[in-house]
Amino acid sequence: MTKVTMTINGKSVSGEVEGRTLLSSFLREDLHLTGTHIGCDTSQCGACVVHVDGKPVKSCTMFAAEADGADVATIEGQANEDGSLNVIQAAFQEHHGLQCGFCTPGMVMSAAALLKDNPKPSEAEVREYLEGNICRCTGYHNIVKAIMAASGQDVSAIAAE
Amino acid sequence: MYAFDIERPATVAEAVAALSNEDAQALGGGQTLIPTLKQRLASPEKLVSLTGVAEMKGISSAGGVLTIGGGTTHDDVAADGSYKALSELAVNIGDPAVRSRGTIGGSLANNDPSACYPAAALASGATIVTNTREIAADDYFVGLFETALDEGEIITAVKFPIPEKANYQKFVQPASRFALVGVFVAKTADGVRVAVTGASNEGVHRWTAAEDALSKDFSAGALEGLSVSADDLIADLHGSAEYRAHLVAVMTKRAVAAAS
Repeated sequence: MTKVTMTINGKSVSGEVEGRTLLSSFLREDLHLTGTHIGCDTSQCGACVVHVDGKPVKSCTMFAAEADGADVATIEGQANEDGSLNVIQAAFQEHHGLQCGFCTPGMVMSAAALLKDNPKPSEAEVREYLEGNICRCTGYHNIVKAIMAASGQDVSAIAAE
Repeated sequence: MYAFDIERPATVAEAVAALSNEDAQALGGGQTLIPTLKQRLASPEKLVSLTGVAEMKGISSAGGVLTIGGGTTHDDVAADGSYKALSELAVNIGDPAVRSRGTIGGSLANNDPSACYPAAALASGATIVTNTREIAADDYFVGLFETALDEGEIITAVKFPIPEKANYQKFVQPASRFALVGVFVAKTADGVRVAVTGASNEGVHRWTAAEDALSKDFSAGALEGLSVSADDLIADLHGSAEYRAHLVAVMTKRAVAAAS
């Protein structure tokens, strides 16, 4: 067992992990931060996306020991300080960017990473960025619309299909 | 996954020492190795994570040569832009989360027959720098998942001479984002080099007939009538050997037309 210490959503957290403990397992099973979902466990689906030192990563494809000393952000830390939904989460609600909701934590984390680097993405850029996030319900359309809306762009011309 | 220990050295010297145990294995960004471990297709006793080795990260340019640390992520290569064709290649690897973790050294050490970076290294005539030596790309790629690396040898950097013109064209296998066929074309004062990935059972290789034609006349038209044999090409549910052979010629023409 190895001792790891990292900052998660602004709080310092320590734990004992095996070498093979994935970051996703550490978050969910040790810290009970179950907002990070495990969909495929094969690096395909993106439901487990969190930010590590500001970059989006698939937490099922990184060991907890590799996050020692890192600054980690998960979906649990995304809401505003007063507990209200942040602008991306609110846009997902407003534009019906989810149905079953399983992929949503990863979608929101990927969207946050995109908008940090590219505050006004085109629709094509949003679709390209979501390459590694799979949704089996929505057909992506309203997810793309929500992210465009969260970036402050007019989405009235993007019709629901 | 089977159980293993994990170490996270801070220097190349510490990493080399940690890898001296024959059941130890280096872990780069882990975007291939971790899925492999999950399938129990590898069972190292110890993983030596290279992500903490600062001296293996970063990009520098001097005298027309771009030097990229072996631990540099695809995302950082994509953002660099000083070798345009290489940055364009990097931005199309996998997806954003994979590019945050995956590294150029890891990709070259793994030498997946459908990976993108091997084509760039071979076409550019890159030099693979390890903790013990420098290996020319022509001598480095040995075969399917095989390289000239010795046990425990670490890619610390890759040196790319920046060509006059270059381009990489990838026909994406849509489920994996790997290349169904990818072709990297690089034109220098010494001639043209063409490297093909995704196509051959032997892994990345040069298409010398196209190189000869393009060295005389660097235009897509110079490739008219040239084709590659389907013998020894990969055939799977995504495409037959003949289909891949066709794609090699098409992607090479596109790369020449787009080279800048």
